[in-house]
Amino acid sequence: MPIIINGHDVAAPADPRVSLLDLLRERLDLTGTKKGCNQGACGACTVLIDGQRKLSCLSLAVQCDGHDITTIEAISEVDSLHPLQAAFIETDGFQCGYCTPGQIMSGIALRGEMQRGAPSHVTPRLEDVPEASNEEIRERMSGNICRCGANNGIIEAISSYVRGTL
Amino acid sequence: MTDSKNLGKGSSITRREALAGGAIVLGAIATKPLSAAPTTSHSTVPKTVLDPLIERPGQLGTPRSRRDGPLKVKGGARYAAEHHLKDMTYAALVFSTIARGSISEIDSRDAETSPGVVLVMTHLNAPRMGAPEPFLATPTGASGSSHPVMQDAEVFWNGQPIAVVLAETQEQADRAARLIQITYQAKTSVTRFSEAKQLETVATFGGEKLQTVRGDADAALEAAPVKIDVSFSSPRHNHNQIEPHAVTVAWQGKTLRMYDCNQGLSLTAATIAKVFGIEPAQVHVSAEFVGGSFGGKTLWQYHIVAAAAAKLSGRPVRMNVTREGVFRMCGGRAPTEQRVALGADKDGRLKALIHTGFTPKIQQNAMTEPFIEATQRLYSSETARIEVRAAHMDMLSNTFMRAPGSAVGTYALETAMDELAEKLTIDPIELRLRNEPDVDPTNGKRFSQRGLVQAYQMGAERFGWIPRKGQRLGRREGEWLVGTGVASAYYPHYHFPGGAARVTITADGKLLVELAAHEQGVGAATTTAIIAAKRFGIDFEDVEVRYGDSLLPGSHPAGGSQQTASIGATILAANTAMIAELAKIAPQGTPWAGLSSTGLTTVRAGIALTERPSVHIGYKELLARAGLQAITIEADAATPTAAETWSMHSYGAVFCEARVNADTRELRVSRVTGVYDCGKILNAKTAASQFRGGIIMSLGLAMMEETQFDERTGRIINASMAEYHMPVHLDVPLIDVAWTDIPDPHAPTGARGVGEISMNGASAALANAVYDATGKRVRDLPITLDKLMV
Ligand code: FES
Ligand code: FES
Repeated sequence: MPIIINGHDVAAPADPRVSLLDLLRERLDLTGTKKGCNQGACGACTVLIDGQRKLSCLSLAVQCDGHDITTIEAISEVDSLHPLQAAFIETDGFQCGYCTPGQIMSGIALRGEMQRGAPSHVTPRLEDVPEASNEEIRERMSGNICRCGANNGIIEAISSYVRGTL
Repeated sequence: MTDSKNLGKGSSITRREALAGGAIVLGAIATKPLSAAPTTSHSTVPKTVLDPLIERPGQLGTPRSRRDGPLKVKGGARYAAEHHLKDMTYAALVFSTIARGSISEIDSRDAETSPGVVLVMTHLNAPRMGAPEPFLATPTGASGSSHPVMQDAEVFWNGQPIAVVLAETQEQADRAARLIQITYQAKTSVTRFSEAKQLETVATFGGEKLQTVRGDADAALEAAPVKIDVSFSSPRHNHNQIEPHAVTVAWQGKTLRMYDCNQGLSLTAATIAKVFGIEPAQVHVSAEFVGGSFGGKTLWQYHIVAAAAAKLSGRPVRMNVTREGVFRMCGGRAPTEQRVALGADKDGRLKALIHTGFTPKIQQNAMTEPFIEATQRLYSSETARIEVRAAHMDMLSNTFMRAPGSAVGTYALETAMDELAEKLTIDPIELRLRNEPDVDPTNGKRFSQRGLVQAYQMGAERFGWIPRKGQRLGRREGEWLVGTGVASAYYPHYHFPGGAARVTITADGKLLVELAAHEQGVGAATTTAIIAAKRFGIDFEDVEVRYGDSLLPGSHPAGGSQQTASIGATILAANTAMIAELAKIAPQGTPWAGLSSTGLTTVRAGIALTERPSVHIGYKELLARAGLQAITIEADAATPTAAETWSMHSYGAVFCEARVNADTRELRVSRVTGVYDCGKILNAKTAASQFRGGIIMSLGLAMMEETQFDERTGRIINASMAEYHMPVHLDVPLIDVAWTDIPDPHAPTGARGVGEISMNGASAALANAVYDATGKRVRDLPITLDKLMV
């Protein structure tokens, strides 16, 4: 079965060592997904696999056979912005921009997780649907490191997106 | 004062009372001039002429979104490792595992026959190359060290690149690199700080001795009625830019083409040219986007290895340095051991100021962590002994990391000031105000502009600082011990020579600015457009900026927070040159023809008589009348000289609220206010982000950051992002930032630069808040929870 990347069928690589991240960046020229650590520690490589946020550096490409991959390149048209992308510009949620695609992909998936009621480490009551409090969003985004320190802008943008106020 | 009743009292002070209290404390100094350094008739001091640009209403300082925003949020910005070249190979490095010695044997037979391998390069077959010139050691040096690259069998540090494999894919290169067998002949090495310290020398930084001696500070300390004498240590740190270092390289005819991540393009090109014995113009380095730099994206051995391997193999090379590789090969901040001793009279006036200590460096660089810089400027003291001693170690080159020196130096000084305030039973802000100098305490120069006092006033009000007189105001909230602290920030103003630009006005009245500036997240293109728009009297939208390429004019290193000053001075020079050209093309007989640049000014998308601005002609009309499609000039910025006359530095006041868990001693930061005095702020949006970013890294420095170094072997232990801890979102509260916005009359466009100042102050403010909360002074960074256990 092919891997479906941004709606296109892509054959799995012959070399089973190739990570999904390297497939995207080095073989398909989809360089919007970034490599920060290649070991699951920074979140820069976050993509959606079947709608869930996943670290593409920790996923072997061959494991993605038959799965649906969405990268930053596919969340908006060439001349338009996804609401969360626009919010990042508005809140200045980045400086160098290198962690940014990962933060945005993570933020998009996070909204779904919260709507489904999945609790986090800081959710006060497990039986409630979690509220998009500042702390809740910060905890859930803590797998995506921003070394430039654009954290306030990132959390502001994602909070408004999760609350649906964009 | 630790009993909980009194702690409770502290918390019951309302915000309004707190503000009033703050005003009382600060009222005493409100008579100090609140504006820039006054013009003066002092015969040796040149007259101050305020740049008219600062006064013009409009674009300076208004918040503007980054021009590269859409590209970055869409993942369309291409970084160093994202340029694909035809026939490109992938590189994998092998690093030494001893600290000092030589390679006695390399067995690369298995690697050479491994699938996909194109080349194995070691010192045995690398092309002959010169040693790179280190940054600050020569005017054009850009390298982290002067070690020759794969020229002989010598090993100088544990982690030195000693072999590289090129293969068709990264996976093949990585595999083959693991097959290389190396045998070493080890020599004795110095990998222990304590051992290195015995060989110490007084250090220099940028050619100046890191030493200030004023009077007999030791005797004054002895005699002072109130004193403290404390020792500090800070560990190694790494920049950990989220983009790991990378370069994509090809030899194209006689040109070496490099797609790089770099904050010093022109210097890098010049240094690499010397290494390969070619002209600087033959090295074409570009870096349109850099995924964070913080002082670390300079020239390291991997650049030279990649270029040499590309030469030897005849194929382009993609060098993706692994995260571990970054730790092994690209240096970070050196550790320090510091002593701060302060002696004061009963009123808190400093009589003795002693700040000394040690820091290791390598013999092959020109970088000593200058941790005393803030101490040389922040406070007046009758006597002073301030000094850094460097100790040479066999280790990876230490280097510049955000606010070199002062980041860890202000930690020591500003927590010591807090201790002194407590002993004196004086509010810590008041103590600083009582020691506010009239002139630079180290060299007697007047300040170009200094607003530390204003920063404290603004900050105290925004934060709701509650003045204290020797007592802790920390309180308990449930399981959390809550405290507040304050500290000064300081960073010098640098302005390097070499700025230049090419500026074009086109027939449609638009402006193109081209210069070798850098964008590593600072918003340089946006700020350049703001300055140029204002200077040329043109709409921001009508200015295009091209940057990030060594073939463009000028050298604008994005270091020392000086790029904006460099660009400001360059645009000013370009404006003068352009006015002269426009006066030449103005038709004979018109009022503008042949006038000098002082007689003309650029306003409302054209030129006008300086004396009679209504006599105006638009750029479009001017070019149309002259029958020109475009007019282009190139200009060099004037050599910066202001710092010869003036003491030019930036200041800040930082306030923190810390929460320490009473049971687990987990430390959280709940509030931060930072107010900075950096001259004129040019873009409120990007400047605020710079300030916050520095504060966050400073909190990281205080709370968790440490590159662990195995003193037995000289090897970095936690060479990974999983084990080098940095602030994540949950560690970062909402951060309040503000600025005095007082233009520096002697800095280009009134701006002194904003990138590094906020790296200083926050860590000490946090430590002081931790003390307020817990009664514990932690003098060995980082403040991990084990150190807060009772
Ligand atoms: S690159 Fe995948 S988590 Fe860092
Ligand atoms: S914007 Fe640079 S790491 Fe986040």
